[in-house]
Amino acid sequence: MIGWIDTLVQGVLLGGLYAMFAMGLSLIWGVMRLVNIAHGDFILLAAYLALVFGETANLHPLAAAPLVVAAMALLGYWLQRGVINRTLGKGLLPPLLITFGLSVVIQNLLLEIFSADSRALRAERITTGSLQLGDSLAVGWFPLGVFAAAIVLGLALQAVFARSALGRALRATSDDQETVRLVGIDDRRMYALATAIAFALMALAGVFLGMRTSFAPSDGPANLLFAFEAVVIGGLGSFWGTFAGGILLGVAQTVGFRLDPGWGLLVGHFVFLAVLLFRPQGLFPRTR
Amino acid sequence: MSLLATRGLTAFYGDFQALFGIDFELGAGEVAAVIGANGAGKSTFLQSIAGLNAAPRDAVRFDGETLGGEPAHRIARRGVSLVPEGRRLFPSLSVEENLRLGASTRRRGPWTLERVYALFPRLAERRALPATLLSGGEQQMAAIGRALLGNPRVLMCDEISLGLSPAVVKSIYAGLPQLAREGLSLIVVEQDIGTALSVADRVYCLQHGRVSLHGRPAELTREAIARAYFGLAA
Repeated sequence: MIGWIDTLVQGVLLGGLYAMFAMGLSLIWGVMRLVNIAHGDFILLAAYLALVFGETANLHPLAAAPLVVAAMALLGYWLQRGVINRTLGKGLLPPLLITFGLSVVIQNLLLEIFSADSRALRAERITTGSLQLGDSLAVGWFPLGVFAAAIVLGLALQAVFARSALGRALRATSDDQETVRLVGIDDRRMYALATAIAFALMALAGVFLGMRTSFAPSDGPANLLFAFEAVVIGGLGSFWGTFAGGILLGVAQTVGFRLDPGWGLLVGHFVFLAVLLFRPQGLFPRTR
Repeated sequence: MSLLATRGLTAFYGDFQALFGIDFELGAGEVAAVIGANGAGKSTFLQSIAGLNAAPRDAVRFDGETLGGEPAHRIARRGVSLVPEGRRLFPSLSVEENLRLGASTRRRGPWTLERVYALFPRLAERRALPATLLSGGEQQMAAIGRALLGNPRVLMCDEISLGLSPAVVKSIYAGLPQLAREGLSLIVVEQDIGTALSVADRVYCLQHGRVSLHGRPAELTREAIARAYFGLAA
């Protein structure tokens, strides 16, 4: 019995990481109706950036995180302005192809630079300590921290969108990109800012991923898939739906792993397929 | 000297030419009415000035400088504002958020939320509602208010009366001369000649993408306007 509770708790905490993966994807989709195929590879890129900071400057991953976040946000802004914006407004395919191309380029660059070996961020004590809950249940501080960070970031993102002038402009741009130009808003700049915010979230998710588990250059597409599944399970366009989707996916995977180590990811995919089949709008779609 | 002028303004949709060299002038504080039948090119004319259709560089001049070819958001920031056909409010924003967004032009001027609410008191009562829950007339007021909060020098209104009852149209139009007296220049595009002529200092009639008649309302006879509007032979 206690084993199942443990599994459930671990699943929920893993879901916090998936929620962070998914927030960036959901944000980019919400503002510009674009699926970034390279999403998972950029998350990995952030993990490798933290690795480089660790190896060259001997920075702890958490100390490197602000630098990685800033670098990725800049990269996102530049990428949107310089590359992806040029492909928008020409149909669905060009931006998909561009991000698919980026995915291939990043994977091969990482392979070239870091080889195909699995790497891990050396975080030492932070990732091994745990909170003892009774005799047989322990919760790691680190997964707990990631989960808390996901909640705080989700709340912050929600607040920015609901209340700030930037959020207002982003929602308006999402509604009608032609009309925002008539009130003096540069829709292309709004897209770039949205991508920068998404990349900042992805960067933090990448650092957490690298502290939690080992990673290799070919892991990007799996990360994209988890993010995508969390978004679809939760329902497109709602932050809390995305969060719930991440948690459900995390629980499904850990429950699967407990049943049989080979089944973990598969059970997650089954939940995703079941939602697509029986509730294609997602569990918590945007109510508007 | 005119505040806003076009010289030989052309516009295309792909291979289709919608405007064939429009000459147009608007003085500071004036109201110009652009009338014409459906498909005459009225909306295209406004969209070309607003930058939604790229205009040739020298075809549009504003305040002594070229305006043609600028991106739409810069044109709005320079003070030329379009209230688009069909209102185009942002559905996921409340009425007040829609209005506030108008201030994104970052222009200084007399317009504040309070003044817009004073001009259209019904919007004040509905400020917290989603914009989609407004009636057609209220949506039109909100769209005009949104443009005013950008403190424009030229306000262009595309088919204000479309889909609205005559009483509502009258109440919206009643506010326009007041705006003009405060120094705002207006271009109103209408299919309804009577409404347009009641407020206009100048009238331009478009037909098949060309100016078929222009002048001051008092100088134009009903027959001349009907001819220019419908293209009927005298």
